[in-house]
Formats: sequence, structure tokens, C-alpha cells
Amino acid sequence: MIEALGFQFFQNALIVAILASIAAGVIGTYIVVKRMSLISGSIAHTAFGGLGIGYFLNVNPLIGGVLFSLLSAVSIALLRKNAKNRLDTLLSFLWATGMAIGLVFIFLTPGYTTDLFTYLFGNILLVSSFDLYMILFLDIVILAMVYLMYNSFLAVTFDEEYSETRNMPVTLVNIILFALIALTIVATIRVVGIVLMIAILTIPAATAQIFHKTVKKIMITSSLITLFASISGLIISYYLNFATGPIIVLIISAVYLCGIFLSRLSVS
Amino acid sequence: MERKEIIKIDKVTFSYGKEEFLKDITLSIYEDDFLGIIGPNGGGKTTLLKMILGLLEPQRGKVSVFGISPKKARHEIGYLSQFKNIDFDFPVTAHEIVLLSRVGDKLIKRYSKADKESVKKSMKELGIWDLRDKKLNELSGGEKQRVFVARALANEPQVLILDEPMSNLDIHIQEEFYRILKDLNKKIAIVIVDHDLEMVSKYAKEIVCVNKCNTHALRYHDADSLKMKEMCHD
Repeated sequence: MIEALGFQFFQNALIVAILASIAAGVIGTYIVVKRMSLISGSIAHTAFGGLGIGYFLNVNPLIGGVLFSLLSAVSIALLRKNAKNRLDTLLSFLWATGMAIGLVFIFLTPGYTTDLFTYLFGNILLVSSFDLYMILFLDIVILAMVYLMYNSFLAVTFDEEYSETRNMPVTLVNIILFALIALTIVATIRVVGIVLMIAILTIPAATAQIFHKTVKKIMITSSLITLFASISGLIISYYLNFATGPIIVLIISAVYLCGIFLSRLSVS
Repeated sequence: MERKEIIKIDKVTFSYGKEEFLKDITLSIYEDDFLGIIGPNGGGKTTLLKMILGLLEPQRGKVSVFGISPKKARHEIGYLSQFKNIDFDFPVTAHEIVLLSRVGDKLIKRYSKADKESVKKSMKELGIWDLRDKKLNELSGGEKQRVFVARALANEPQVLILDEPMSNLDIHIQEEFYRILKDLNKKIAIVIVDHDLEMVSKYAKEIVCVNKCNTHALRYHDADSLKMKEMCHD
């Protein structure tokens, strides 16, 4: 363990794990309380289109990911109300189209496609310093916005119609919230990848929700659970020489099952 | 003294798609009103309320609230939506819900001392201050209702609009709730949609029957005479 900390790549991985966990815990809370996991899944898979294009153009794929996920987040926020019962069609469209675009561009790129797997399933041990600074920047944006807009987010996620009768710009609030989901997704791609993303965005918050009654407390506990899972997952992966994503998700799921077990125990 | 007209609905028609939902509705609501709105399911009661709140725009005719457009007059209105729109499992305490009324239209909002005082006052008035730290789904039906009334009142509105707040509540809680409303009516106007004619006619001063099929003119009854004649039972 001590010797691992001496490596630059391991230090980077550790810092990214911490940053991503905090973002995922905080934003994941909104996803769970407002039941937006399908929306988040859709944004995540659309991001893959941007990753593929970035990879093809030889710029940092995360930049492409930011652009694509923001684009899909804003379109969902704008079209959501008009789409009504067609929302799932819109989400599936973005989901699959984004994936397809990403795959096409990755296959068009000459060379070996191992990187494909790290974006799909995550490998935190491969983060570059550029990734780290970018994720740090995303984290600052996400936390600052949540700190400033905590009350308007709460108002709109809890009761959109009422907020509208108070003249709150509900669509704008949703655009900002969905954009923050998009940024969180990009910040966590390196950790768990696109396919396993939904786990880190929802399961820790769902676990925390069993024990807490306010959004703020759920955010804190959910971040701590994610932090525990990603750091222990990182260490296990390092020694087993295994991709971090699946290990982290398995730890998150185990914590969730323990949470349910404990809550049943305290009820009976 | 002349009663001040606060809400005016003038020859309003509203349709969803091709179907005319409300046709040529004309109705005035006054400052001291306690108005019950009844009518069959899907008869347009909620649609009417949503037009008063500026959530829906009529295709023809005009709605004005305090002489201005509904959207601009929203700060004068306290609103209780149908409970079916609320997610009761949402992790939020009674206190937080009432505080949310003070967020208003601000994207960045810190609660001031005045906000907290006003929230405390309206929660105390409704006897729910001691329940402030309870989570929404830990409250009983009647307690939930009072939390939402407190939220609607924390802005000190001049009219309180309630959309079927009584569904799934037992009769004693309904009675108690109507007494609260009656008390509030000393200061502000109350407009309530309720499917229980007997209950609403016992407390409301006047009753309006809204039914999309025969809405060329709204029938405006005196609540007592309505009760005696037992009309509108279908």
C-alpha cells in the first residue's frame, strides 16, 4: 500500500476517486429523490458519442464527453415537458444514438481499441494529469452550484408545479440541474465507465435514503459510501490487477444490501 | 361596503386538442369569498384553477387576477395542488416544505430571519410547529395537509386556492380542516375544489358547479339553498 502511494499514477487515481465520489454522491442524491435514473443513463450513453469523436480527433475524449453530455442534458430538460409520455422514446433515442456514434468513431480510429473498455467499464488507474485537473474543475463547478442553488433545486425537485406558481424559472433550474448531472457523469467516467455509471449515481444515494430524512444528509452519507467503495475498490483492483469499475460497483451493491438488511432488522 | 372583485374570468374557453374542455365561462371571485367549486370528474375544475394561477392559458376570453395577468399576480395567491402530484416519499421535513414557500422565484436563495419568522408564524398558526422536524411521510394525512396550507400561507397571500385537498381523509379531519379554512376566510378569500358536495356546502358561502357539457354560463348558487334543494347530486 505504502509503496503504491509512491507512484504518480496511483496518487492520481486516489485523488480522482475522491473527487468523483463527492460529485456522484451529491448529484446522485437528486437523481434518486427525483427518480431520474433513466434520464441519467441516457445522458451518460450520449456522452460516449463525444468520447468517441474526441478519441478519433486525438483530443482528450473527456472534452468530447462534456460537450455531448451537456447537449443531451439541455435537450432533455427542454423537451421533457412537451414529450410527456414520449419521454422514454426520447431517452432511448439519445441513449442508443450516442453509443452508436461513439462506437463508430472508435472503430474508425487506427490502432488498438483497449481504451474502449476503459471508457465503457472504467479504470481509474489509467487517469492522466489532464484528466485529474479537468475532474477537479468539474467538481468545483458542481459543488459550487449545488451550494448556491440548494434551495431552488429542492423547491423544483420536490414540487415543480408549486414552484411554477411562485414564478420560479423551472425550466432553467432543470437545465442547470441536468447539466450538473452531465458534468458529474464525465467526472465519474474514469472511475466506473459508462455502462456501470448508473450504479455509482443511484445506489449510494438510495442506500443513504434508507437512513436519512433530508436531502443534505443523504448527500453527505451517499458521498461517504461512494468514497469508501471507490478507495477500497481502487486498492483491491491494484493488488488483483483488475479494472476498478466492476470492483467498485460490487462494493457499492454490497453496502446497499447491508443497508436494506439493517433497516429490516431495526423495523422488526 | 362594496365587495372588491379580485379574480375575473371573462368568457373563457379552454380546449385540450380539439375537445372543448370549458366553454364561455364567466365568473367573478370577491375578496371575502369562500367559494366551493364542484362538478363531475373531468368537468374542468382543475383546469379552471390552473388558469387562475396562469399555469394554463385560455384559447379565448380573459382571466385577470387583481386586475393584472395571472402570472404577474401569482404572489397574491396561495396554492394547494392535488395531493396526487406530491411524492410523499421525498426526503424533506415539514419545516423545509414550508420554508420552500420563501424561495419564490430566486435561483440563489438564503433564508433570511424574516423568512424564518414568517414560516414559524404560519406553522404555529396551524399547530404544526412541533412537527417541524418530521419527514413528510411520517406525518398523518391531516398533518400533511396543514403543512401544505402553511406553505401556501407563508407568503401572506390574499386568496387561497385548494384543489381537492380532502381526498382520502376521514370525515373528522375534513371537518377540522374546513374549520381552519373558515377561520382563514376572515382575512382572505378561499376557493376550494371538492367532490364532497355535502361537506363543501356546509362551509362554503357559495357554490359553483363546473361541467364542461353545460358551461355556457356558470351557475352560481347560494350554498344554503343548494344544500336544501340537494342539487347537483349525480
